[in-house]
Amino acid sequence: MNAQPMIQMMDVRKSFGAQEVLRGVNLSIFEGKTTVIVGESGQGKSLIIKHILGLMKPTSGKILVEGKDINTISRKELKEIRADFGVLFQHAALFDSMTVFENVALPLRERTKASEAEIRNKVAEMLALMDLDGSGEKYPAQISGGMRKRVGLARALVLNPKIVFFDEPTTGLDIAKSNEIYRVFFRTQTKLGYTSVIVSHDVPKIFKLADYVALLYNGVIQDCISPEDFQTSENPVIREFVEKTMGHIYESERMEG
Amino acid sequence: MTRILNTVGGLTLYYVNQAGRMGIFLAFVVYNIIKLPYYKVTHVIKQIYIIGTLSVFVIVFTGAFTGMVLALQGYNTLSKFGSEGLIGSVVALSLIRELGPVLAALMVTGRAGSAICAEIGIMRISEQIDALECMAIDPHKYIMAPKFIAALVSVPLLTAVFNVVGIFGGYIVGVKLMGANEGAFFTSMYRDVEFADIYMGFIKSVCFALLIVWICAAKGYYVHMERSGGFGAEGVSRVTTSAVVLSSVSILVLDYIITSLLI
Repeated sequence: MNAQPMIQMMDVRKSFGAQEVLRGVNLSIFEGKTTVIVGESGQGKSLIIKHILGLMKPTSGKILVEGKDINTISRKELKEIRADFGVLFQHAALFDSMTVFENVALPLRERTKASEAEIRNKVAEMLALMDLDGSGEKYPAQISGGMRKRVGLARALVLNPKIVFFDEPTTGLDIAKSNEIYRVFFRTQTKLGYTSVIVSHDVPKIFKLADYVALLYNGVIQDCISPEDFQTSENPVIREFVEKTMGHIYESERMEG
Repeated sequence: MTRILNTVGGLTLYYVNQAGRMGIFLAFVVYNIIKLPYYKVTHVIKQIYIIGTLSVFVIVFTGAFTGMVLALQGYNTLSKFGSEGLIGSVVALSLIRELGPVLAALMVTGRAGSAICAEIGIMRISEQIDALECMAIDPHKYIMAPKFIAALVSVPLLTAVFNVVGIFGGYIVGVKLMGANEGAFFTSMYRDVEFADIYMGFIKSVCFALLIVWICAAKGYYVHMERSGGFGAEGVSRVTTSAVVLSSVSILVLDYIITSLLI
């Protein structure tokens, strides 16, 4: 990890009233890599993403995206930085009064000067990439949870972002649907080469996609290391998390050395 | 004692904060209305349809009955002094100066204001507004600006419709039903209604339009910051009620202020 990080969180703290949720988060995200943030529910994993996106302001600390502190830059600069982002929200956050096609076309219509024909082609291409051909005219309420996530992903990727954030991409989906999302993720990342930040508690499956795994525990990032190092870490907190989530797999690996 | 001070202090801070938030919200929307590139005309037309066209029925209905009841009451009172001929002037002046702008604004608040607040509130709690911001699309420009422009165009037009229908309702009851002189009805109206009256009504309707859309949109936009907890469907329903009540009360207060300034 000796390259310059694309995103850097430095001693970020966030309190809600008397409750301090983030207690000095330090995290670096590197270009072209997939960083997975894991941790138990309610630890504040999604808060980390919201802070990087500039949707929340930290109580203290700095968040640098491409070298710029997103809490001190102007709205215009923030907008420019966000133009490089793609976000898949936990519940997809699709515009429910728009069709699938209109949802995916929205960033193209509002942010580019593409003609209607170009927009149609690009949206069709994205929907095909997500195995959503033929669903363009449906509304979000008329499609399944897995399809909604894929539409969210199509919308997030339609402008070829540099950094894509996934907030619990497989929560609420069955195993087959989760695998489908992972396959789509793998396919698109290989094709588009974006940096990704994934918040998930789908352990150990998510390790297969990760270049780095960071554990958020008690408001602090315990370590941000490769999945292999994570599973054999001597850090007692990480070890406990791995034992809890992976159980016998971890134990047998440790015994086998 | 400390608890009382705490509560009073907390409430004061909350309301000062809310006033500040709403002021900044309005400033951002106005900035986005005048800033290039302009919002898409299709968005504005869609909002004019939602706020204006869909309110026409309720405006016509309430306008007609307001004019009718004004004529009924006016005729009964004026006939005691033998001045039934002034009925046209009474109905027209009451509608153009006061009742038209105020009642039309209250109807728009109930029909379109509540819808604006609920729509934006739901967008907020389902992270659709966050999604827009993350796509580098400014919600002040994409969602709010078309609604503000549509309200500023629609409400004065709806007020005009309210006035015309109200005067017609007054004519039906005053002249056709109660038997007031038709010529006197129109002559007194033509003689007594001046440009200043129409100007006052127009200014009022523009101010009310801004007030309705501002309060309802800002309340929905900041639903997550509500003191009573802006979560889920209940939070949206609570904030919608509060937006309608606040808009309605503010309309009446502003009506008094504008009248006292322009009279």
